[in-house]
Amino acid sequence: MRQQIAAVAFVMALTGTSALADEFKKTDVARWQEEYDSVAKKGRELWTSGAVGTNGVACAQCHPNAANTHPETYPKFQKQLGKVAQLWEMVNWCIRNPLQGQPLAADDPKMTALLAYIHSERRGVKLEPGKH
Amino acid sequence: MTKLVTRRSVMAAGAAGVAGTLTTLPVSMVKLAFAGTRDDVSFTYISDSHIQQIAGAKFVRNWDMGLKRAVAEANLIQPEVDFVMFGGDLAQLGKREELDHGAEMLSALKGKLHAVMGEHDYYLDLGEYWSKLYGPQWYSFDVKGVHFIVLNSILTTDEWTFHRWPSAERRMLEMAGLDNPNGSPFMVGEKQRKWLADDLSKVSKDTPIVVFSHSPLQKIYKGWNFWTDDAEEVQALLSTFKNVNVIYGHVHQIQYNQIGAIAFNSVMATSWPWPYPSTYAQAESHLPVLTVPMNRADPFFERDATGWQLIDVNSGRVTARYQLWDNDSRIVGFDPAQGHPVDKTYQDPTRRKIAQAHY
Repeated sequence: MRQQIAAVAFVMALTGTSALADEFKKTDVARWQEEYDSVAKKGRELWTSGAVGTNGVACAQCHPNAANTHPETYPKFQKQLGKVAQLWEMVNWCIRNPLQGQPLAADDPKMTALLAYIHSERRGVKLEPGKH
Repeated sequence: MTKLVTRRSVMAAGAAGVAGTLTTLPVSMVKLAFAGTRDDVSFTYISDSHIQQIAGAKFVRNWDMGLKRAVAEANLIQPEVDFVMFGGDLAQLGKREELDHGAEMLSALKGKLHAVMGEHDYYLDLGEYWSKLYGPQWYSFDVKGVHFIVLNSILTTDEWTFHRWPSAERRMLEMAGLDNPNGSPFMVGEKQRKWLADDLSKVSKDTPIVVFSHSPLQKIYKGWNFWTDDAEEVQALLSTFKNVNVIYGHVHQIQYNQIGAIAFNSVMATSWPWPYPSTYAQAESHLPVLTVPMNRADPFFERDATGWQLIDVNSGRVTARYQLWDNDSRIVGFDPAQGHPVDKTYQDPTRRKIAQAHY
């Protein structure tokens, strides 16, 4: 009996189940987009409010629409940090220095939101690593 | 002091056809001969300090230090200039504390100070406290045969100003965000344009005119309000004169342009730099075709792409000498042969530095 069930499960895995795993509907796409947009929107709030700093300075003061952040060029050598760094490390440099705030963990939901906003402003733009 | 005298700036001055003792003079002392018909006019220009209060007597250090440095360096100019201009956005949120703190730093300047109204100075109390410190928001004056005009170009509609926001603080915050879609395009406005027409009616068409405004008096990029909505109407009033220069702040970057007889020069901020609008790929910008964007070696560095400028008005035309901190100084002057301003070093594409390209 146990062997039969395992055999059936194996056949399903080869056929029906694996096909279903790749299937998604418009409602799935809409949900994923909605989740992304809501996090990016939270990121814009953090970006424009100065809430991740202590001195009232906001990311948007120097980077309107997250311009001059060039997310597609990371990881790259960053002079201020003296090493090849990821984008979240550079965001933390800005939080520590112009914003006089405490750095965020790489997986802090606020950091995720900030990065989502930065990337959302670059959607559809040609990737040119090293250009900026 | 720092970079007022650099080998590069002296060489650039030499290349621009300057007479003088190049080994000892800072570039700011050097002037073009003016054929003996009239004295040269020169002034220092400091702009966009965005003094920002944290709490009580605490202010954002970066912006404070930018303004202090500009004042200290401007005071070193010899021979002394005819006057000093401040190009607007002394404060960040228009508070008395910010305006007072900024005014105290500016009070260390030698010589007569003129100021332009910026939107960050205006939209909290509609210019009331600023005007107590600096007087009228638009007026004109003459120096050595040049007619200077100060405009308040950051006004907007009555509906936006008076009827849309629950509080003055909210109105100020909405206008303070550069990329905020709730903001409003800037205007000179009908009342001031009438005043300008009247003022200009008393001036000979040959008189060199220099207009100071905060917003560009041209339309560059609406999304970030690098824009003046009634620019064409203002330009039409100025276009009948032979020799007009507009100098504006607000954009925190070097821009220059020529529209008819009107030459445009922007000035730098002492607070922070802004990216060129063309770097934001989601929208179309109209950065003037003449402008050679400055190379920003390190846009995140505290003082890169900020600074102040010494401006000479020779032959009635503006030569802007940008004193840039942590970046090469730049000179943008009018080229009579080409009929528009040029970057004295980088206008020729073969002499340009390549843009930053690292990773």
